[in-house]
Amino acid sequence: MNLSPDEIVYFRVGPLNVSATLVFTWLVIVLLVGASLLVRRNLRAEPPIGRMQLVFEALIGFVLDQIREVVRQDPRPYLPFIGTLFLFILTSNVLGVVPGFQPPTASLTTTAALALAVFFAVPAFGIAQVGLRRYLRSYLEPMPLMLPFTVLGEITRTLALAVRLFGNVMSSTLMVAILLVVAPLVFPVLLQAMGLLMGVLQAYIFAVLALVYIAAGMSESQKRLSTRRITRGTE
Amino acid sequence: MTDVTLIAIVSVFTAGITVAIGAGLAALGEGRAVAEGLRSIAQQPDETASISRAMFVGLAMIETSAIYCFVISLILIFANPFWRAAGAG
Repeated sequence: MNLSPDEIVYFRVGPLNVSATLVFTWLVIVLLVGASLLVRRNLRAEPPIGRMQLVFEALIGFVLDQIREVVRQDPRPYLPFIGTLFLFILTSNVLGVVPGFQPPTASLTTTAALALAVFFAVPAFGIAQVGLRRYLRSYLEPMPLMLPFTVLGEITRTLALAVRLFGNVMSSTLMVAILLVVAPLVFPVLLQAMGLLMGVLQAYIFAVLALVYIAAGMSESQKRLSTRRITRGTE
Repeated sequence: MTDVTLIAIVSVFTAGITVAIGAGLAALGEGRAVAEGLRSIAQQPDETASISRAMFVGLAMIETSAIYCFVISLILIFANPFWRAAGAG
């Protein structure tokens, strides 16, 4: 029994194992990029709009709305990062119902990589918004004594982000595998339907949590920015 | 009783207890969170979008502890390090 798709190794390139995780990650990337290129070939702004273009526009509009509600400013700078996270996790989770497909998110390596990307994106967006000095100073707020706890919180929430996605996706595939042994007739299908729901929900939660972390990293520094602006205005 | 048998007994028992307690307590907490979320949606239907988003984020946080328990029990059953050290794996 394979606990993770990392253990299925197809071939080796030097010291590198090309495992099922890598292969199916590439498959998801090719699918997403290919579909986008196909839609881009005949984009239209006037009424007979293609079905796929409508689907893509609805998706992007949904992501933009969600981002706008959390950051309360122009959502477009955050669309590439958040949208990529959401679409990648959504596609790999949903394709998990296809027989033979190993969801790359069921491996801790993929989810750890995604969580690390969020870990580095938080200071990147924060610094881009308010500058390096002001961002670093936000760690000393409200008092310097809290610095170790703030840093610890950033690390543990990254760990939780990775383990949450991994645990949810892996548990749903594992439950189906176990149920196939115990009651193979109808119940695995029901559990797979629930896995589909959980997969969509987990993609949403991962993207929203990344967004909330980024917004928190910016707003803490921005709060002082705006109060400073107000005090400067009254002088 | 050999070491391996002892490790097997303790591991399987602990895995079951871990999932039972972890899932039960997390379910209680999530139930309370959802009840409060639904109550506030009923009181302020206009704020449904932001309330449900905050609720989902909170649920994800609560669920993390249950997921930790699940992963630990999986490690105990499928990838137990002591099992291997005792020479059975």
